[in-house]
Amino acid sequence: MPEAIFHIRNLDVRFRTNQGDVHAVKSVSLSIGPGETLAIVGESGSGKSQTMLASLGLIASNGSVTGSARLTGHELVGLGEAPLNTIRGRRVTMIFQEPMTSLDPLFTIGQQIVSVIRRHRDIGKAEARKEAIAALERVRIPDAARRIDAYPHEMSGGQRQRVMIAMALANKPDLLVADEPTTALDVTIQAEILDLLAELQREMGMAIAFITHDLGIVRRIARRVVVMRRGEVVEQGPVAEVFGNPRHPYTRMLLDAEPKGLKAPAPADSPVLIEARDVKVHFPIRTGLLSRVTNVVKAVDGVSITLRRGETVGIVGESGSGKSTLGRAIMRMIPATGSISFEDRALLPLDKAAMRPLRRQIQLVFQDPYGSLSPRMTVGEIIAEGLLVHEPHLSAAERDRRAAEALNEVQLDAALRNRFPHEFSGGQRQRIAIARAMILKPRVVILDEPTSALDRSIQKAIVELLRDLQQKHGLSYLFISHDLAIVRAMSDRILVMKDGRVVEEGETVPLIRAPREAYTQRLLAAAAEIGLDRS
Amino acid sequence: MLSFVFRRFLTAIPTLFVVVTLSFFLMRVAPGGPFDLEQPLEAKIMENLQKAYGLDRPLWEQYLRYLGNLVRGDLGPSFYIRDFSVAEILMQGLPVSITLGSLAILIALLFGTVFGTIAGLKQNTPTDYAVVGFATAGVTIPNFVVAPLFQIIFGLTLAWLPVGGWNDGAIRNVILPVIVLALPQIAVVARMTRASMIEALRSDHIRTLRSLGLGTRVIVLHALRGAILPVVSYLGPTAAALLTGSVVVETIFGLPGIGRYFVEGALNRDYTLVMGTVVVVAIFVLFFNMIVDILYALLDPRVRYD
Repeated sequence: MPEAIFHIRNLDVRFRTNQGDVHAVKSVSLSIGPGETLAIVGESGSGKSQTMLASLGLIASNGSVTGSARLTGHELVGLGEAPLNTIRGRRVTMIFQEPMTSLDPLFTIGQQIVSVIRRHRDIGKAEARKEAIAALERVRIPDAARRIDAYPHEMSGGQRQRVMIAMALANKPDLLVADEPTTALDVTIQAEILDLLAELQREMGMAIAFITHDLGIVRRIARRVVVMRRGEVVEQGPVAEVFGNPRHPYTRMLLDAEPKGLKAPAPADSPVLIEARDVKVHFPIRTGLLSRVTNVVKAVDGVSITLRRGETVGIVGESGSGKSTLGRAIMRMIPATGSISFEDRALLPLDKAAMRPLRRQIQLVFQDPYGSLSPRMTVGEIIAEGLLVHEPHLSAAERDRRAAEALNEVQLDAALRNRFPHEFSGGQRQRIAIARAMILKPRVVILDEPTSALDRSIQKAIVELLRDLQQKHGLSYLFISHDLAIVRAMSDRILVMKDGRVVEEGETVPLIRAPREAYTQRLLAAAAEIGLDRS
Repeated sequence: MLSFVFRRFLTAIPTLFVVVTLSFFLMRVAPGGPFDLEQPLEAKIMENLQKAYGLDRPLWEQYLRYLGNLVRGDLGPSFYIRDFSVAEILMQGLPVSITLGSLAILIALLFGTVFGTIAGLKQNTPTDYAVVGFATAGVTIPNFVVAPLFQIIFGLTLAWLPVGGWNDGAIRNVILPVIVLALPQIAVVARMTRASMIEALRSDHIRTLRSLGLGTRVIVLHALRGAILPVVSYLGPTAAALLTGSVVVETIFGLPGIGRYFVEGALNRDYTLVMGTVVVVAIFVLFFNMIVDILYALLDPRVRYD
């Protein structure tokens, strides 16, 4: 492609580590035309980010790069920091996945944008500030002239990502590298950011290299796609062709990774396990000299929910909707008002001791498989720890036997139980977290975004595992998630939450096909735009 | 912020009260008294002395009287250093200790952050190893070794500087004790700055700056502002400790600071002198912790106290 503005040829990236060399990117070649959007897809560890970071000289100091990456004819590989710094931020810029941490918390957003503008162009402070305001207006930050003096923590995730985009585009680059820029955002915000990028591309004409794991996003924004796996390009070409007629089995696997099917419905006469009425969780905000309560955050504000044996209720909502708080309130991990009963037994009046035997009946699995397992305990110890509390009479050998059994249940090799969590992948860790809940033989499991930190293909496997366990043991799930595709594959009924309240509630299929409330319609429309199949 | 300072001021009073009360009674639990000499005094003399200083009264009465005097700013007479009030003793010694301590803190902050920043930027290079090596030595070699060593080298062999003495705070006399005081602090600050600098340089927002072509100068500025936060919280209590004098340094260099009164007062059971130094140190600690909190709010916009 002669007219390409960015051209990578035979790029190799290696990292020296204590465990030997890691060959992260293997002879990758790709090119991007002016004003074009190229999607680079792959799962974690595919080398999609490292390819672009290495091209821009941004990899970690233990990495080495060979091959070629040319931007409008200038070779970037092997260039020193000083000449690279005249190109980065001017001709090519980057935005990242983590809007919450990608801006310096100690400087105002104005200071940060102005320093980028003045780094590359010889203009005065006042003029740079004017340009910064214009850049913020371009990314539709309302009241930009005032907001420019805000600190990052005073803005939401979506707004911070807009600020990142404003910074990246402030000097009108030829190429914008967007590394999973919407992955950490709520689905409606995600759609807004994608729209914004498309509009800005029309206005300013830059090319975009869009790195993502989400095939729905690829379909929506890109014409051409590069599929990567384990550091190699397995397939590339027009999106319609690659996705319509995938030649490589890995591409087929990715396309097939969307969780399919519906949950087998629970019998209509199943007994009610959990009955919660008018649950409220309010957090007081104290200010001033005497710490008076000046305001109340209504995290959960009058939610009712019924969960039957063998049933899954999906709780859907964006960040801040109160869905996780509701789960914790039902487990009595945080104080709540209203009434919550488990098998007709009121939970809220129970004290700690009376609650303990019920605790094993209701277990919780968290989102983050990296943070929720103690790094200093073996997997066997982690899984069996609950038995120390609930069945203290068991011998060590018996605990170990049950841990092995629990590992088998989640389809992990029981021989691995003497290893530590860091030796496992994210998906395996989530299986370990599930085993830790299952060993206590609970009746109800509250699953708080159990798949959100995982790759799509692994999500699918976890969904299947959870459905199998449910069938086998007659479990009931409260499935908390922002991901409508997964919720649909898991749930009998769905509860849509917003600002601590239930917006809409109903059977899964009719609710997704024909939502009644405006908020649910917006949520589903945004999800459909990036690939949710609503049929 | 004003409301925060005011609130901190109000909570300082009960804290001070607890410190004073605990020290008062702990001091009295220790066996012996201010007038127990190697050769016991005659019973009659002892009785008169106890009476003159009010030590014959019940303990609770002595305690209440001490509190009452303290509120009026009267720290009482010293039991051991006759003819001096505790306030007089402290007033003479404090300027010396504060001069030495504040110079040492400034030097520690300056050199510690500079060395730490350079080491953090050049991680795993000879420069870095040199800083880390120096820092380890600075922490591990005790000041009662460094001080005499410096006296021998700079005071006797090279004869550049006086071996000791205060000499009304002449610069020549201050240099050696300040360096001995500052060395371990430079070492600690350098280590802390290096560690938090390395962490800051790996953070997402520094990656953002690099991706936008900003050079080393801007990156160091951004990283250092975050990296300095733990140093600030370390320096608060350390400043309080340094400004209230060091027994070892003051003794070795023969300086009239207040550091040695801790030890002398305690060994001689000079109740009022010990209580006086405790009150001074407690006030310094409370004061510098408040300064740290205020600095924190100025450096980190996410910290707000109201």
